[in-house]
Amino acid sequence: MNAHLQPSGSAYFLAAETQVPERHTLSVLVDNEPGILARIVGLFAARGYNIDSLTVSETEHEKGLSRITVVTVATPKVLTQIKLQLERLIPVHRVHDLTSEGKSLERELALIKVGGSGEPRAEALRLADAFRAQIVDATTESFVFEVTGKPSKIDSFIALMMPLGLIEVVRTGLAAISRGPEGM
Amino acid sequence: MAEQMTGAEMVIQALVDNGVEHIFGYPGGAALPIYDAMFQQDKVQHILVRHEQGATHMAEGYARSTGKVGVVLVTSGPGATNAVTGLTDALMDSIPLVCITAQVPTTLIGSDAFQECDTVGITRSCTKHNYLVKSVNDLSRVMHEAFHIANSGRPGPVLVDIPKDVQFALGTYLGIDEVGASRHKSYHPATSGDSKAIEAAVDMMLKAERPIFYTGGGIINSGPEASEKLRELAELTGFPVTSTLMGLGAFPGSNPQWMGMLGMHGTYEANMAMHDCDLMINIGARFDDRITGRIDAFSPGSTKIHVDIDPSSIGKNVRTDLAIVGDCGAVLEEMVRLWRSKTNQPRTEAIAPWWEEIKGWRARNSLGFKNSDTTIKPQYAIQRLYEATKGREVYITTEVGQHQMWAAQHFPFEMPNRWMTSGGLGTMGYGLPAAVGVQVAHPDALVIDIAGEASVQMTMQELSTAVQYRLPIKVFILNNERMGMVRQWQDLLHGGRYAHSYSESLPDFVKLAEAYGGKGIRCDDPAKLDAAIQEMLDYDGPVLFDCLVEKHENCLPMIPSGKPHNEMILPDFEDDIGAVIDEKGRQLV
Repeated sequence: MNAHLQPSGSAYFLAAETQVPERHTLSVLVDNEPGILARIVGLFAARGYNIDSLTVSETEHEKGLSRITVVTVATPKVLTQIKLQLERLIPVHRVHDLTSEGKSLERELALIKVGGSGEPRAEALRLADAFRAQIVDATTESFVFEVTGKPSKIDSFIALMMPLGLIEVVRTGLAAISRGPEGM
Repeated sequence: MAEQMTGAEMVIQALVDNGVEHIFGYPGGAALPIYDAMFQQDKVQHILVRHEQGATHMAEGYARSTGKVGVVLVTSGPGATNAVTGLTDALMDSIPLVCITAQVPTTLIGSDAFQECDTVGITRSCTKHNYLVKSVNDLSRVMHEAFHIANSGRPGPVLVDIPKDVQFALGTYLGIDEVGASRHKSYHPATSGDSKAIEAAVDMMLKAERPIFYTGGGIINSGPEASEKLRELAELTGFPVTSTLMGLGAFPGSNPQWMGMLGMHGTYEANMAMHDCDLMINIGARFDDRITGRIDAFSPGSTKIHVDIDPSSIGKNVRTDLAIVGDCGAVLEEMVRLWRSKTNQPRTEAIAPWWEEIKGWRARNSLGFKNSDTTIKPQYAIQRLYEATKGREVYITTEVGQHQMWAAQHFPFEMPNRWMTSGGLGTMGYGLPAAVGVQVAHPDALVIDIAGEASVQMTMQELSTAVQYRLPIKVFILNNERMGMVRQWQDLLHGGRYAHSYSESLPDFVKLAEAYGGKGIRCDDPAKLDAAIQEMLDYDGPVLFDCLVEKHENCLPMIPSGKPHNEMILPDFEDDIGAVIDEKGRQLV
């Protein structure tokens, strides 16, 4: 702290931000109740935090728990605040920073619609095979591929489909879990 | 025992079970079943306000002066939206409130029905937690949980939105013991604080040569025992004590170790000591921007200990060296115990040079002002008010602005829970309704709202509430016909161009008081001030005291925008005040 001067809109100068923003994946265990998503998203919006990706689903029905996976880009200081602010919300049980807690598994699913015929269509099929993408819908002039994997793998598949007649893409956002025997 | 009753009856039963004696509210269509249930009982007394914002500030004053939860009951739509300012104020200042809002029937929610608004959506970010109760069988649990959440951990406002059909519906009421304190297993507010960290803190204190206790509202929230422990610890250690605006009263103003308030309008000695200390012990304060001044020059040489019940307050604005997450009272008690076990002596000798330095800063007399024989100086008025009420059971509320800072500077407190002010949000119009709430809780005490003529007009209508319930509040208006703090900043930052910061067409406050059924007193002569104050104190009923004061008095000392603690403007400053702040500083709030 007590770094150099930086004019900010706040009452006085805040300390200059010398830290570099990092991308982190947070896993948030919450009570599955009305408004919980609004609370979390509202907190990010109100305090000016970023959301790169957000995945929400009930994971333990009997206990009424949902797991929210948030990918955010922030400096280490802000990341600490995000975690503490999330934990202040009454229905939030725990927040784990999967990125800083060691290696975690990260997966995403995408549905990708590609149109075309002739050689581009055949090329799309060959690439889909290489990426282990499933064909979940087919017409004479289109396919819908289902591809699962790390976000980077999906990014490359989409990039390859682009010149071959890509029509549209839908992605689930990230689902992430820590490696090893420990649970959250 | 589980009992069958309507939702409306459950609300009343839950209030009774949670020890509520008074609630502040305003009826409306969607709230009628609750009002009907209220009508048929006499355990909870309802205070009818004139505007829902007034209800929230009354509940805040009530809560702050008693340590109990303040309760508000309002109708749907405008009832709820009018309560938003008070809820936000309570959130910023950590005041425990439960606000019950009525809602249109569940079948109409989302249809843009008459007096419908998305209450839980609107209040999500200005409450500690909120609920929309869709089933009558959830209602008793939610009510008990609301009280638990409002008053535990870092206190705050909790809102319960109850649709009209749920108020009518018959269901099973469960008592507090039957539902348990909280369904939310996720809610575990900290209590005692890590004992190793507390021991480390005491070890640092034992080595400190230039220490200071920087205390805040957390000590008040922790309860009167926390103030006792602070006094004990201060005596044991011999360290100087300063406090934020919210913490005033936790440490006695008459104690020689008291440094006065710190921060933007704090004393020179408190701010200099904060700047030059080697050990800062923050207990229940949050390094607010009004306290720190320019943060990159904030107390550059000190080791910082921070005790706070809210982990997110730690490290938010200022990096701390030792964090203790826990209740101030429990941590102070442990500090006292550890200090005693390690030494019997205060560090009198080791910190004697530090006290010498402090004595030098004190000698600057930073709260001094040039008094006048012809016009009443606002500081003088507050000093006379203090002298006239000394020794009585007196509670002070304030509005927001210069008068608030002068009150904080010139009206010392000996006890906690005697000072009610809007610190975090800075809500003009807080003081008059807050005084009403305090007087409801303490009917025989002397309750004074130190006000400004601009602020007080924002919630003036609550004088009618005071008259209705025979609450003899005294509203002491420092009338300078200006929004004084805005005017001061325009002098500092905008070349003295007073854009809309003067009060034109002011009401005749004496006649206004009489119109409401209270008493009005006016005074503009310093020689007659004492007699006029006595007349106010002797009157058994609400009084508006129109104290006409010097119009262009600046509130000093002051840390100007963009400056550190050791660059204060002191009262003997004689240069052009408009030249103190540079172009960069002008942009700050």
